[in-house]
Amino acid sequence: MKKVLTLLLVAVMLLGLCACGGNSNNPTPANPDPGTEATDTIKIGIFQPASGDNGAPGKQETLGSQYANVVQPTVEINGKTYNVELVIVDNESSNDKAVSAAQTLVSQDVSVVLGSYGSGVSIAGSDVFGAAGIPCIGVSCTNPQVTLGNDFYFRVCFLDPFQGTVLANLAVDQYKAQKAYVLTKLGDDYSVGVGNYFKNAFEKLGGECIVETFQEGNSDFTSYITKAKNEGCQICVAPISVEAAALFLEQAATQDIGMPILAGDTFDSNVIAGVGKGKNLDIYCSTFYVEGGNPEFDSNFKAWMESDATALANNGGNTTIAACSVLGYDAYFVALEAMKKAGAFDKDSIKAALPDVEYDGVTGHIAFDENGDAIRDSAFVKHLNTETGEYELFGIQQVK
Amino acid sequence: MQWIQQNLPYFLAGISVGGQYALIAIGYTMVYGILRLINFAHGDIFMCAGLMLVYLSASLPFYVSIPLVLLLTVLLGFTVERVAYKPLRKAPRMSVMISAIGVSYLLQNVALYVTGGLSKQYPAIPWLSDTVTVFGALTKRVTIITPFLTIILIVLLVLLINHTNVGMAMRAVSKDFETSLLMGIKIDNVISVTFIIGSFLAGVGSLLFFSNYTGVTPTVGAMPGLKAFVAAVFGGIGSVPGAVIGAFIIGICENIIKAMGWTTFSDAFTFALLILILIFRPTGLFGEKVTDKV
Amino acid sequence: MIEKKKGSKANLIFALGLVVLVFVLEQLLPSSSMLLTVIKKSAIYALAAVSMNLLNGFTGLFSLGQAGFMMIGAYAYAILNVPTDQRAAVYQYFDGGIIQFSITEGISSVLGNVAGLIIGVLLSLVVAGLVAAVFAYLIGLPVLRFRGDYLAVATLGFAEIIRAFFQWDKLGPITNGSNLLRKFTNLADFNIKNSTGQVIINLSTTILVLIVAACIMIIAMMINSTYGRSFKAIRDDETAAEAMGINLAKHKMTSFVVSAFFAGIAGALLAMYQTTVQAAPFKTAMTYEILLIVVIGGIGSLSGSCISAFIFVGASEWWLRFLDEEKYNILNTHILRSGFRKVVFSVIIMIIVLFFRKGIMGENELNIAGFGRWLKRLFTGKKKPAIETEAK
Repeated sequence: MKKVLTLLLVAVMLLGLCACGGNSNNPTPANPDPGTEATDTIKIGIFQPASGDNGAPGKQETLGSQYANVVQPTVEINGKTYNVELVIVDNESSNDKAVSAAQTLVSQDVSVVLGSYGSGVSIAGSDVFGAAGIPCIGVSCTNPQVTLGNDFYFRVCFLDPFQGTVLANLAVDQYKAQKAYVLTKLGDDYSVGVGNYFKNAFEKLGGECIVETFQEGNSDFTSYITKAKNEGCQICVAPISVEAAALFLEQAATQDIGMPILAGDTFDSNVIAGVGKGKNLDIYCSTFYVEGGNPEFDSNFKAWMESDATALANNGGNTTIAACSVLGYDAYFVALEAMKKAGAFDKDSIKAALPDVEYDGVTGHIAFDENGDAIRDSAFVKHLNTETGEYELFGIQQVK
Repeated sequence: MQWIQQNLPYFLAGISVGGQYALIAIGYTMVYGILRLINFAHGDIFMCAGLMLVYLSASLPFYVSIPLVLLLTVLLGFTVERVAYKPLRKAPRMSVMISAIGVSYLLQNVALYVTGGLSKQYPAIPWLSDTVTVFGALTKRVTIITPFLTIILIVLLVLLINHTNVGMAMRAVSKDFETSLLMGIKIDNVISVTFIIGSFLAGVGSLLFFSNYTGVTPTVGAMPGLKAFVAAVFGGIGSVPGAVIGAFIIGICENIIKAMGWTTFSDAFTFALLILILIFRPTGLFGEKVTDKV
Repeated sequence: MIEKKKGSKANLIFALGLVVLVFVLEQLLPSSSMLLTVIKKSAIYALAAVSMNLLNGFTGLFSLGQAGFMMIGAYAYAILNVPTDQRAAVYQYFDGGIIQFSITEGISSVLGNVAGLIIGVLLSLVVAGLVAAVFAYLIGLPVLRFRGDYLAVATLGFAEIIRAFFQWDKLGPITNGSNLLRKFTNLADFNIKNSTGQVIINLSTTILVLIVAACIMIIAMMINSTYGRSFKAIRDDETAAEAMGINLAKHKMTSFVVSAFFAGIAGALLAMYQTTVQAAPFKTAMTYEILLIVVIGGIGSLSGSCISAFIFVGASEWWLRFLDEEKYNILNTHILRSGFRKVVFSVIIMIIVLFFRKGIMGENELNIAGFGRWLKRLFTGKKKPAIETEAK
C-alpha cells in the first residue's frame, strides 16, 4: 500500500514539474525579436467576470472587446502587421478568485490587460499585474482606488465621485428631493463607493440620507423597500449589481415603491430594462454611452451580434447595446493606439506610451490625467421607458 | 391604522419567508431524525428545483411543468440519497456529512455550468405572482398563500407520520435504528421515503420562494438552507412542528431586525439565535416533549 | 524510540530539502509562472488544512469555523500593517481610520529595513494568530460543550457572526467596513531588489513556504507530544479518555485554540498572498474547501493534508483550466465552456469521498526514512528484511 502511495506521490510531483516545464517552454519573449514566427501574435488579456454577481455585464463588456477584435484583428507597428489575440479569463466577480485569474493572464505573457467590470476585482488583480509590470486599461471600474497610487492602471471611464455627484444633482434639480434612501451592498467597492459619494454630494446640497446595506446572497428586499417608504424618502439610490438590482426592482414594483430609483452605470443593462418593462417604476441611470451616439457603430455591432449566436446569447438574447460593451470596444482601440505610439508591443513600452495616448472613441475623446483616469466631464443620464422596455436619453449631466 | 400599514409589510414578509423556511426545514429535521445527518445538500436541491422550473417553463405550460418539476425534485433527492449517502451507511458520521458537503458543491457547480453563472429570471406564475392589497400593504398573492399552504402540508405530514405504516416505521427508525432493523423494517425504503418527502416539500418551497424573490443563482440555496437548518435546531431537531414554529420565528425576527435598521446583522442574528438556544436549551424548543420524532 | 528520532530527523531534512527546492525553482522560473502561484496558495491552504486536521482529525471535534479564524488573522495582520502614509487612501470613507501605526514600519524605523521587515512580519503573524486564538477561546467557552454536529453548526454560525461584525460600518475606523484593506506589507516585499528597483533574488515563495513549514513542524511536534496522544484518546473514546485522567474540557480547548492560532496565521499569509483583504470571501464555502482538502489528504494525516492541498489548488486553479476553454472542443460540441472545470473537479471529489474514503494517506504519515530504505532496496535489489516486517 505504501508503495502505491509513494508512486502516486512521485507521479504527482512529476506532473507538477511537467506542467511547469510545459509552461516555461513557450514563453513569448518580453522583448520581441521581429522576424520570428512566434512574435506575429500580440496577446491582449481580457480580465472580466463571466459568472457570479457581475457575470452578465462582464460578458457584455467582453463582447465589446471581442467585436473590436473582429473589426480590427491586426495592428501595424513599425511597418509590420501583427495579429492580435484575446486571452479571456473569468475572474468570477470575486475578489479572492481574481488573484489567480490575474495570475493566469500573467503566466500567458499578455502585453496589456483590459478590464474589469467591477472595481473590487480590478483592485484585487491590480497588484498581480503591477508586480508583473503589465499595464491595464480599466474598462468600467469606476472606484477611484483602482488607479490611485497604481502606475499600471489606466481607465477609460469616469469615476464614482463624479457619478455620485451627477446622481445627487439629478435628485435635487429634477425632484427637489430632501431625503434619499441609499441601498448598497456590503463588500462591493463600487456599490459602497457610489453610495458614499452620493451621500456626500447630496448632503452638501442640503439633503438627508438614509444608508442601508445588504449581505451578499440576500434575496429579500421587502424590508428595505418598506423602510424607504416609511421614512418618507423622495428618492431611492441603488448603485447595486445587476443581479441584486433585478430582485430589488421586481419587489419594488410589487410594493409600489412610489419614488424614482437612481443608479449608476450598472443599471444600464438589458437585464434591468427587461425587469422594468411593463412595471410601475421610474428608473434613471448615469452611463457612458447612449445608443444612437454613433449610428454606424450601432448598426455594425448589432449586425455582428445577430450573425453570431454565442455573442447574441452573451448579450442577453437581444441586440440592445450596453454602454459597457462600447467601453470595452474603445479600450481595445486605446490599447492598439498605445502600441502604435510605442512602436513596440512589450509591456514596458506600452506602459510608457499609455499616459500620452489620445484617442477619439465611440464614447468620446479619451485622454488620461496624471492618475491614469480618462478625463471626462459629462455623463449621459438615461431614463427607462417602461412601456417599450428600452432606455431613452434623459439628458447630459456635466460636472466641472 | 397607519402604524399597521407601515409595519405590516415586515410581518407579511416575515411570515412568508418563515413558511418557506419551514418547508425546507422539514427536510432537514426528518433526515436528521432518522440518519443523524445534517444534509447540507438540501438547500441546493431547493435551488435545483427553482432552476428546473426556469428551464421547463420556457417550453411547457405551467400545469405540466410544475408537477414535472416536483417529480424531478423528488427524483433528485432520491438519487442523491442512493448514490451519496447509502454507500456510507456504516461509515463514521463525519464521512456522511462530508459527502453531503460534496454533493452540495457538485450541485452548485453543475448549476453554475448550466446557467453560465448568470442569475436566471424565475417565470411569473399567473395568479400566484399577482399583486394584492392587504390592509393597505401591497404584496404578491404568494405571500398570503404561503403560511396557509405550509400549515396544510404540515398537517398532512403529521397525519402521515402518526397514522400510516410508513409513518410508524419512520418513528421506529428514528427512535432506534438498530432495533427497528431487527424488527424487520426495511430501513432503506424508510430512508428513501424520508428523502422523497423532504425533497417534495423543498420543491413546493422553491415555487413559493422564487415567485416572491425571482432570481435563481447557483448559490441561492445556501443561505435559506442554513437558516432552515437553524430553524430545525431551534424547534428541536427531529420534531416536525418544532421545525415549523422555529422557521416562522426566524423568518419574522429576521425582518424585524431589518426593520430596526440592523441590516448588516440580519443573517448573523439567525446564527446568534442558534447559539443561544444551544446554550440554554440544547434540545431545542420541542426537543423532548414532542413524541412524533421523525 | 531511536527509530522515531531518526524518522523525525529525516522529516526535518526532507522539509528543508523542499524549501531549498522551492528556492531553486523560484530562481529558475519566471516570476509569472503558475507553478509558483500554485505553490504559494497551496502552502497557505496546507497550513489551514493542517490546523483543521488537528481539530477534526486528531481531536475528533468537528468544527466548521476555520474560515472565520482565518478572517480574523487576515484582518489583524492587515490592520496592523497598512503604512501610515497610505491609511488616508485605504480608509477613504473613515477619515484614515483610528489606528495610526504599522508594526513593520515601526520596527523598521528602529532596526533598519531588513530586520524591521522580517521581525515586523513575524511579529504581526504571531499577533494575527494570537488574536484568532483569543476569539477561539471566547467562542470555545460555550461552544465546546456541544456534541458532534451541533458543534459543527455552532462554529459555522460563529464564523458568520464574526464576518458580519467585520463588515459593520460602525467598526469602519478599524476594519474599513466591508471595503478592501490593501497596501500592507506583502510577500513581494521580501524579494531582494537592487538600487534601480529590479528584483535580483526572488524570495517571496521561499519565505512563505519556510513559514508554513515551520508552523506545520510545530503542529507535528505537538501531535507527537503527550498532548497529541491525549487528543487522539479523546477522539477515539471520550469516556475512556476521561477515565484515564485526561481533562476533557482543557484538552478540547487547547486543541481548539491552537488550531485557531494557526488558522489565523494561515489567514494572515493569505492576506499577504492576495495583497488585499475583505470579509466577503471568508464564507462557509472556504471552510468547505479546506475540509475537502483534509478529507482528500486523509483525516488524521498531516502530510496527507499538505499533499492534497497542492493537488487541490493545482487542479482547481491550473491543471483543469483547459476544461473551461471553448477552443479545445471536439466536433463542435459545446461541452467545454466556462464552469466545466468545476463540474469535473467536484465529480472527482465525490468519487474520492465515496470510494477512497481514507484519502491519499489514510491516517499514515509520509515516512521519509522508510522511503529512503525503500529506495535503497530498489537499487540493491534486496528483499525486505524480516525484522522490519515484524516491527510493523
